[in-house]
Amino acid sequence: MSSFAGTARLIRFILRRDRLRIPVWVLAIALSVLGSVASFAATYPTAADRQVRADVMDSATARLFTGPGYGIDDYTYGAMTANEMLPFTAVAVGLMSIFLVVRHTRAEEESGRAELVRAGAVGRHAVTAATLIVVGGAHLLLCALLTIGLPASLDGLSTGGSLAFAAALAGVGVVFAGVAALTAQLTVSARAAVGIASVVLGVAYLVRAAGDIGGSSLSWVSPFGWSTEIRAYVDERWWPLLLSASATALLAAGALAITGRRDVGAGLIADRPGPAGASRTLRSPFGLALRLQRSSLMWWSVSLFLLGLVYGGIAEEAGELYEDLDALQDYLARIGAAAATDQYLALTLFISAMIAVGYAIQSALRLRTEESALRADPILASPVGRWRWAGSHLAVALGGSVVLLLAVGAGTGVTRAIAAEDAGQLPRLIGAALAYAPALWVFAGLAAALFGLVPRAVGVAWAAFGVLAFVGMMGPLLQLPDWIYDLSPLEHVPRLPVAELSVGPELALTAMAGALTAVGMFAFRRRDIAG
Amino acid sequence: MLPPISVAQLFKSFGRTRALDGLDLTVATGEVHGFLGPNGAGKTTTIRILLGLLHADAGEARVLGSDPWDEAVALHRRLAYVPGDVSLWPNLTGGEVIDLIAGLRGGLDRGRRDELLGRFDLDPTKKGRAYSKGNRQKVALVAGLASDAELLVLDEPTAGLDPLMEAIFKDCIREAKAQGRTVLLSSHILAEVEELCDRVSIIRLGRTVESGTLAELRHLTRTTIEAETAQPPAGLADLPGIHNLEAKDGRVRFDVDAGRIDGVVRHLAGLGVRALTSHPPTLEQLLLRHYGEAPATETESGSES
Repeated sequence: MSSFAGTARLIRFILRRDRLRIPVWVLAIALSVLGSVASFAATYPTAADRQVRADVMDSATARLFTGPGYGIDDYTYGAMTANEMLPFTAVAVGLMSIFLVVRHTRAEEESGRAELVRAGAVGRHAVTAATLIVVGGAHLLLCALLTIGLPASLDGLSTGGSLAFAAALAGVGVVFAGVAALTAQLTVSARAAVGIASVVLGVAYLVRAAGDIGGSSLSWVSPFGWSTEIRAYVDERWWPLLLSASATALLAAGALAITGRRDVGAGLIADRPGPAGASRTLRSPFGLALRLQRSSLMWWSVSLFLLGLVYGGIAEEAGELYEDLDALQDYLARIGAAAATDQYLALTLFISAMIAVGYAIQSALRLRTEESALRADPILASPVGRWRWAGSHLAVALGGSVVLLLAVGAGTGVTRAIAAEDAGQLPRLIGAALAYAPALWVFAGLAAALFGLVPRAVGVAWAAFGVLAFVGMMGPLLQLPDWIYDLSPLEHVPRLPVAELSVGPELALTAMAGALTAVGMFAFRRRDIAG
Repeated sequence: MLPPISVAQLFKSFGRTRALDGLDLTVATGEVHGFLGPNGAGKTTTIRILLGLLHADAGEARVLGSDPWDEAVALHRRLAYVPGDVSLWPNLTGGEVIDLIAGLRGGLDRGRRDELLGRFDLDPTKKGRAYSKGNRQKVALVAGLASDAELLVLDEPTAGLDPLMEAIFKDCIREAKAQGRTVLLSSHILAEVEELCDRVSIIRLGRTVESGTLAELRHLTRTTIEAETAQPPAGLADLPGIHNLEAKDGRVRFDVDAGRIDGVVRHLAGLGVRALTSHPPTLEQLLLRHYGEAPATETESGSES
């Protein structure tokens, strides 16, 4: 099998390159599952509490997030884990597969580095095979961590059940590793390979959701359906794993068959020719920044709009849950008394804004990406000052943040307005979402400041985001002191639509964002361009 | 009037690596100036300082009479730059990049752009990621040459071009010179510099070691002589200015210092010359003289690739 020659060596090479990346993915997913499950016990201390929760989870809209609802009649912590953690975590696991697989296959070819490797004593199939083995190994590792880590002491959890839960996740993971291995064969662009695989993932998720909501067998078409049908913690059965395994084998065989036939660097779908000249809008630094970032902005906006639709749609049922749970009274007291639905919407807008922070950072750090790729040089060697170049990308980051909030507010507003039969909900929720804009700007400003002052350490912005997300998720469980919350810009935004809009904090955040951005721009003007 | 480029005692360090160590460079109006040195000598660092992308630690640099750091934007309206390592946006076509870069500078000549596309045989509708290294280089060249900039700064512009395209590139440089433009051409390809440049500056380890016309530089070096003589070449080795003498089967080959040629030729004549060739040193030999003695030190400064 000389077409697999070099696979073992490539496995070591991939492990060396990803010695941090893979552990971070695996640990982040494992810890968020373990942390959430641990918080169940604090939030729903009694069986009665859990049953209240089960009633909410039994609704049609909730099935979008959960599954067919196995164990809903006796809602143990195990059933809760399987219902509420599995589909979401499976999405994260699927994305981990897609990013890792494309990174080591198509991205390497696109950069030209693959030629160095393939010119060695390396078979045609070795790169794809080594990548799939490493990613499969990462899923096994995650599986082991979850099986060991999930507490069997909780009511309804058992080691066997945890193994089934973890295996269900691994099943989704390996299927999407196969999907990504296949989409990596299709186009010459790594971004497009990730994009197509992500669309497949999104469609698979929605097919499962549609099947579960309608109570039909449609779910069986989707890898996500196979994972929920394992019925972890409730009535375990293992044979759906065979479906995942067979699908993975088919996809991997397809990918290998294509790599065996095609040229290195080529895709099945040829790159379409583009315009022979630049349009009028492209001929400015801002036009360029917008062009480079527009597809990312579009995907973020669509995703957050859809998320908003879901949140708005289930707000009423979810809000009722709040009133019935003692454990949430502290939280409610903190954000102020109001109608339960509004309480829930205030929370979902907060979560949506936290997600949008990811965009603000990513978009602002495009500056660093461009600089590192030596693509800043030709622009800065033309009569474009550093302020104008950096300002163009930051303008996209700041403006794009507003667009995202608009999208999530509109999504939430549309379904909420329909449910409440009150068109006024739409502008009300858009306004509530937009209140977070200054907080997002602070993160974009932080990224800009890092870019100007310590360009090698721009990753600190992502670390700050990670800490923010961790505190947001785990804070109530760990009973963190208030000052830690106060560090987060998001916490200073009034929780609309429950709280009133107050101008003071908004102005303070805007000023802070402006100061950070200015520091970054001034520092950038004084430093060398990397190259 | 100040020369288009004047650099005096330029210093630049990256951490503990000293990239420039008192570099001098003067480029006169209307000349094609070769900027010659091995990889890592500091050519790209110098050029990036001249473009205001890097800030020199010490020393003076003036481009078209202005400070390249403080007056970058105004200056860039008057110069065009072609990088050695061209990195394109993967999803923009070559034509879009050319229009963008040349358009930002202003003064994109449509006719000239299309003519250059034809001459370089470049398809402007392909996406950046689809171009080979040579074609990426062509995109940058067309963008630079299509402008009416008075100063062209070219950093190893022919890396990746095939010989046919290199010939077209040389034509373009000659045309630019005929139009009265000034060109700074960095290179480690000696034949290119020899063919195109009026004057040359040779740098090594961040310092200028020679600068002048090719004729001036040759005068510093030896001439190689090969001869076939009727009598054995006795006494040649004792003559002053003779180096690297080899004698075999009635043929001799040696290098001679420029000022000693007369005496050597007289001596050869007395031996009965049957065949004689002499040739001036190539730039290879110039470089060998500067770098050949201590090749190990070249790897020290890795700031340039």
